[in-house]
Amino acid sequence: MSDQTLGAGPKRIDGRLKVTGQATYTADHQLDNKAHAYGVFSTISRGRITGLALEVARNMPGVIEIFHHGNFPALHHTPSSMAGGNKVEETRLPFEDERIYYDGQFVALVVAERFDQARAAAQAVTVRYEEETPRANLEQGLTAHGTREGKGNHSRGNAKQAFESGTHRMEATYTTPVETHNPMEMHATLAHWPNGRLQVFESSQGVVQQKGAMAKIFNLAPHKVEVISTFIGSGFGSKLWMWPHAVAAAAASREIGRPVELVVPRSQMFTTTGHRPETKQTLKLATDEQGRLVALSHHSISNTSCTDQYVETCGSVTKSLYSCDNVSVDHRTTQVNRGTPTSMRAPGAAPGLFALESAVDEMALAAGIDPLTFRLDQFADRDESQDLPFSSNHIRETAERAAERFGWHQRNPKIKSMREGREIIGYGMAACNWEALKRPCDAHVALRADGTVYASCATQDIGTGTYTIVAQTLVELTGVPFERIEVELGDTSYPKGPISGGSWTTATTLPAIAEATRHAIMELKTRAVRSGGPFDGVDVASLNFENGVLSHNGKQMSFAEVLSSMKLANAEGDAHTEGADTSKYSYRSFGTHFVEVRWDPLLANLRVARVVSAIDVGRVMNEKTARNQVEGAIVMGLGMAMFEHTEYDPRTARVVNNNYAEYLVPVHADQPEIDVILLDYPDTAFNEFGARGIGEIGITGLAAAVANAVYHATGIRVRDLPITKERLMAGA
Amino acid sequence: MRAFDYTRPGAVDAAIATHARANSAYLAGGTTLLDLAKINIMQPDQVVDINGLGLDRIERLKDGRVQVGALVTNTALARHELIETHYPVLSQALLSGASTQLRNKATTAGNVMQRVRCPYFRDGTSPCNKRDPGSGCAAIGGVNRETFAVLGTSDQCIAAHPSDMCVAMAAIGATVSVMGPNGPRDIPFDAFHLLPGTSPAREHALEPDELITHVTLDAPPGGARSGYLKLRDRASYQFALASCAAQLSVEGGVIRAPRIALGGVATKPWRATDAERMLDGKVPSRALFEQAASAAFNGATAYEHNAFKIPLGRHAIIAELGALTGLETMQEVS
Repeated sequence: MSDQTLGAGPKRIDGRLKVTGQATYTADHQLDNKAHAYGVFSTISRGRITGLALEVARNMPGVIEIFHHGNFPALHHTPSSMAGGNKVEETRLPFEDERIYYDGQFVALVVAERFDQARAAAQAVTVRYEEETPRANLEQGLTAHGTREGKGNHSRGNAKQAFESGTHRMEATYTTPVETHNPMEMHATLAHWPNGRLQVFESSQGVVQQKGAMAKIFNLAPHKVEVISTFIGSGFGSKLWMWPHAVAAAAASREIGRPVELVVPRSQMFTTTGHRPETKQTLKLATDEQGRLVALSHHSISNTSCTDQYVETCGSVTKSLYSCDNVSVDHRTTQVNRGTPTSMRAPGAAPGLFALESAVDEMALAAGIDPLTFRLDQFADRDESQDLPFSSNHIRETAERAAERFGWHQRNPKIKSMREGREIIGYGMAACNWEALKRPCDAHVALRADGTVYASCATQDIGTGTYTIVAQTLVELTGVPFERIEVELGDTSYPKGPISGGSWTTATTLPAIAEATRHAIMELKTRAVRSGGPFDGVDVASLNFENGVLSHNGKQMSFAEVLSSMKLANAEGDAHTEGADTSKYSYRSFGTHFVEVRWDPLLANLRVARVVSAIDVGRVMNEKTARNQVEGAIVMGLGMAMFEHTEYDPRTARVVNNNYAEYLVPVHADQPEIDVILLDYPDTAFNEFGARGIGEIGITGLAAAVANAVYHATGIRVRDLPITKERLMAGA
Repeated sequence: MRAFDYTRPGAVDAAIATHARANSAYLAGGTTLLDLAKINIMQPDQVVDINGLGLDRIERLKDGRVQVGALVTNTALARHELIETHYPVLSQALLSGASTQLRNKATTAGNVMQRVRCPYFRDGTSPCNKRDPGSGCAAIGGVNRETFAVLGTSDQCIAAHPSDMCVAMAAIGATVSVMGPNGPRDIPFDAFHLLPGTSPAREHALEPDELITHVTLDAPPGGARSGYLKLRDRASYQFALASCAAQLSVEGGVIRAPRIALGGVATKPWRATDAERMLDGKVPSRALFEQAASAAFNGATAYEHNAFKIPLGRHAIIAELGALTGLETMQEVS
């Protein structure tokens, strides 16, 4: 059984369901009389609808109804508060009025008997527009609107003055493009209204938030809404908050009195379900004569939409990663005609650390110091932005161990100096960093008379392994093996759990599960010692529970026998655990990436050959799924560094590469040797298990490590992602 | 996608007769047709499924040529012993394209007939002279990096031909055999695909209702070597940014019968005949290859985002010639 406890690496308990096709994703659910909806999407990016020609579509086979701004039911806005449990990213409702704010916005919704009929009819709807000049990118937004205040700013000392008086200085501007999440499973909603209640199946990273938002929008008492998301084909942040399609499907279902399924087409997953915004970041660093950082300034602008404010907090890590007395972090936004941006894996930190860790590399070289030494000398020992100690920080060990494993010390620092055959080899490194958060959480656990243990919580498993680590927690506390454990997640009828985001699911959920388990065990003991119970009269405190067995003075009974003997179905425990106390410590995770790139000048081909990363995320709960998270994040980081780029036509603000063929992510053949070192130091100040969370940190810093290696190989400093071959080709 | 009629005739003449009765499309592997029908770009009223016609054999003819049936899949063609032995360029080109799943479905004739990957063609609404003649070309002045040409373009269309297979066939030399209402005829491969010119909607030399039955590959000259080099951003599953198919022999220290074709950079599978002339009868050298590569891009037109394809295409030629002649250890391209 030890291979199933926390810290071991058991396989996913839902793995068999997934690989055999038995896991039910949203669009797999079958409901009687289900109708299918398909959107008509705007083909302009700014303006208004002046007319809709619906007659042809209305008369096509299977068409039930066509919704648009002229006939869509009046609904309400959600206050969109995360604390209130009703946050959405795009507050405007679908079909709210005739205005068009972005390409791919819903302008009509066709509901038909079958999917193909709905799609065919949607393609037959013609829309007339009055078009206005759209703002297609950050530069156009800046010209038209200037900027507005963001959030998460920070200032200490006087960065401007310290920069002016520094001995070595660097100043540069870095840009990152829009990236699109592109989870494999499309966004999908299946909504129906049994007995006046709204039940929604959704591919969601946050069922509790969606339930709250739906209740507000449809003016329903919260208990009249249920949101279910049993399995999710990933989300990367795009499924954290409900998008307009879910409202459209739920309203359509209510209007036609039938279940309605709406699967968002891949092309609209580039427009109406969020994106990582475009950023432009200016870094100004200065050191004294000895190369000590005296000034650090990180000012960024990111795009938001014309309907909502979303801020990409690029400088979030800059505040605390390095020791520096004079720091200025500032975030601003500008409005463009795109759908509303949203969190994408490591929001803020992913683009932010591309800029920061590229700039630190440039600064170290300008000061004549090895980039590893420069960092080791200047990593902060406490969080200077909050004036708090870190709960646990082993970043130097990550850097030293990864450097050793990688062979950093064999690096010839001279540019273009390392070759093998036709290829020029470059070594680069960067730090990675992510905040550790823990939220309030409820959970329910039952020891059942059939010998099984049951747990439920309205958080989600987005493919990361949450089902499995909850089961491991139950194994650890009850001694019952996987085969007799049942875990249910992703349904708002379960106790309130967190969104699967921010890398906080593990740290948030497991303590609540553990507390509920202890309550269930106490309930079992309390029942067992009562009159007529098998341990009648025994003092509860002297009753022992181990490996599923109650014992006292040599008498032993399994909990199943205890419950059966009293004709009880179960012994239950419920728990509520609070968020982390942030007054004493700063909680963060740390790590370092080392990257080897190879540039073949003849073939104009850049590849990443090797990555060694060491990660300090507190205790590792499941060695297999944890490693999988970091490896996956590294691959995603390679995509960010070399491929990913949502392209918008500068004249129309329309997305050009809205499919899997032309929006490039790494394929298997692009994947390098990846060696992940997990430090595994429990952070017990953070929670009882000492785990911080591992989903996002791996992507941070990776693009900078690639760019730094590219500089070492070629002498070309690429400050604009992605690093395409034309940026490296002489004469291109 | 609109509703359409579906038929599956059992003979070529029946397929042609059926096709002639309506606005029709032949269905082979479906990897282009179904894709474009779903997004409403191809709108046939009738689909004529030709998978019942046989046409799935690869045979060596008495004159040494190899005849490939229209319905031979890309996978079967790439893995066939005759192809691997005598036409490595074709095998390599096929295997560099698409994905295993697509290659298992895609056919030889379907690959010849595949449509461009221009996003403005595929979006259904942007100006596109290919989809909607006279409406303009949104790619010019738009986003035109990956799937756009620098050779053979016109002010009406700049979409690159997406095929790898066809580039290899252009280098090998081939004949496209078709059957139509007026009987069979042969079309030289070089003449099959048309330049966009002033009529980009017309992409090939087929007459109405004609059906490709075979593609016959020229016999390679004795001692010929061949190979395909495809350059792209990621390592797999991407259309070529630039590719080079080459076939040649080296006799007595000089290059004989060079054939070079380019992909990813041109509006049709592109024979680099100027480069071929420059190479013929010459001693292989780095300088010669660079000259030939430059000649191949004489007259190329760069657009906003694809200027790098001109040097990239030259790199492809130089590297592939180097590989075929044993000069592959060369360093940077000037």
